Amino acid sequence: MTTQNAIEVSHLIKKFGEKVAVNDISFKVRQGEVFGLLGPNGAGKTTTLRMITTLLKADSGQVKIFGHDAAKEGRLARSMFGLTGQYASVDEDLSARQNLMIFSRLNGLSRQAAKERTTELLTEFSLDNSADKPLKAFSGGMRRRLDLAVSLITRPALIFLDEPTTGLDPRTRSQMWDTIRKLVDQGSTIILTTQYLDEADQLADNLAIIDHGQVVKMGTPAELKEQLGGPRVTFTLSQTSQVAAAERLLATQVAGDVQEEGPDLSVSLGQVAQLATLLATLNDAQIGISHLAVQEPSLDDVFMSLTVGKN
Amino acid sequence: MDVQIHRGNVLQNTATMAYRNLLKTIHNPDQLMDVVIQPVLFMLMFGYLFGGAIAGGVKAYLPTIVPGILIQTMLSAASGSGAQIREDLDSGVFDRFKSLPMARIAPLAGQLFADSLRLLIAAITSLTTGYLMGWRPGVGLGWVVAIGLLAIFMGWVLSWVFALLGLLAKSAAAVQSVSLMTMLVLSFMSNAFVPMKALTKPLQFIARLNPVTYVITAIRQILATGSWTHEAWVVLVFGLVIVAIFAPLTVWAYDRN
Repeated sequence: MTTQNAIEVSHLIKKFGEKVAVNDISFKVRQGEVFGLLGPNGAGKTTTLRMITTLLKADSGQVKIFGHDAAKEGRLARSMFGLTGQYASVDEDLSARQNLMIFSRLNGLSRQAAKERTTELLTEFSLDNSADKPLKAFSGGMRRRLDLAVSLITRPALIFLDEPTTGLDPRTRSQMWDTIRKLVDQGSTIILTTQYLDEADQLADNLAIIDHGQVVKMGTPAELKEQLGGPRVTFTLSQTSQVAAAERLLATQVAGDVQEEGPDLSVSLGQVAQLATLLATLNDAQIGISHLAVQEPSLDDVFMSLTVGKN
Repeated sequence: MDVQIHRGNVLQNTATMAYRNLLKTIHNPDQLMDVVIQPVLFMLMFGYLFGGAIAGGVKAYLPTIVPGILIQTMLSAASGSGAQIREDLDSGVFDRFKSLPMARIAPLAGQLFADSLRLLIAAITSLTTGYLMGWRPGVGLGWVVAIGLLAIFMGWVLSWVFALLGLLAKSAAAVQSVSLMTMLVLSFMSNAFVPMKALTKPLQFIARLNPVTYVITAIRQILATGSWTHEAWVVLVFGLVIVAIFAPLTVWAYDRN
């Protein structure tokens, strides 16, 4: 297999009336990776996803799915991916089995193949026991599982998940994460949108942070966190009178600013090893420390620093 | 390991979608209430209210009103398709249909074929109610079945028009109110309930423009003569022309949505 990209999005633009929902978004998704579109509500994540999956026509720009222009070869493009929408896109009036059967048939499976695949997926997603109950009796988690199962009927190489865990309880959520990881292990390429930073951190190999219809940052979760500098250490001094002296000392040791809040002084470290030097310096100056905290920057910090104040 | 995929064709996709809609109806039999109750109610009300005034008696009025109510019921059942499509579109499941590599016309055609069941039930209820009220067509049962099928065909043709309306409208509620008005105007501004002669000149003019008038005339002629008349052919051909025009328009509106 060549190192062809699963998706190439270039210069997508979508306007709804005066409002520019997606403003020149471009990115590439490599085969076999999990690509996360992260952003606050209304940032343009779903609109972007709908354009990639041919549900919405872009005003301009191009989408290529495994090298095929999605606008020109819509049906071919659609045969190569599975989509799980934000709200459960399954038939409420039908049972799980009927849903899977109908969508299998619509995906072009023969009656026999559809039957086999349905049984397989019901087992895989632990829906055996409720297979013939109407969906109205389903919990949110079961519905999502069925929804995902429907997207996987043809074992697509490319899977789109639009906010796959929004509204799920923590347990169902981690079950969903496990399912997604399993898909990755099987070699699927996954594009997911989320507004949860921990979800992006847990699952995504690469991230695009979207705000106001634009990609504000792109990279691996680690890279994005690195941009905020290394881990942050906070010293709580035993004596407030020593704050000024300690601040002067620390400033000579680290590159960034020293932040001061009451008896707390915090600095950003290049590497964790630097901490030893800082402690020694403070010790030599006989500045006592009552408390010490080291914090790895989280994606939340990245997210806040990029989007706060703009919304 | 790949799943064997057969390229689905239009007919198979449509059949699957029709099956899906039939299942939906079976799971929600209350959706059939309108096509069962409405013809019974209207047949009884109109028959006993207007029978004496218009034809001098209920029995004498029945040959006029049975085809009238039959067609009115078809109109109303067909208009239900538009609202149903709108409701479906607003639910998430249509996104999935659109993201599947299937024929674009299949979700619409499937819905409209499945709705033929509604039309069939409506036709049977209308004709049976007429029979119970004393309607005895002089031609054989074969011709009664023929006019039933002609009425269902007309209902099916109109369901394409209402489907387009459903796709262009903003909400299911909007579709319903527009459909209701269309249904009332089309059925009353015709010869469905009152003989053409009894209408004032301007009303006659409107009624003659109304396609419903032609269908009802064709049905009455078949029932009176026991033969497939020239008018019946006209209805059939015009019906096909309407589908040929509205089916592509409806698919276009569906794609645009």
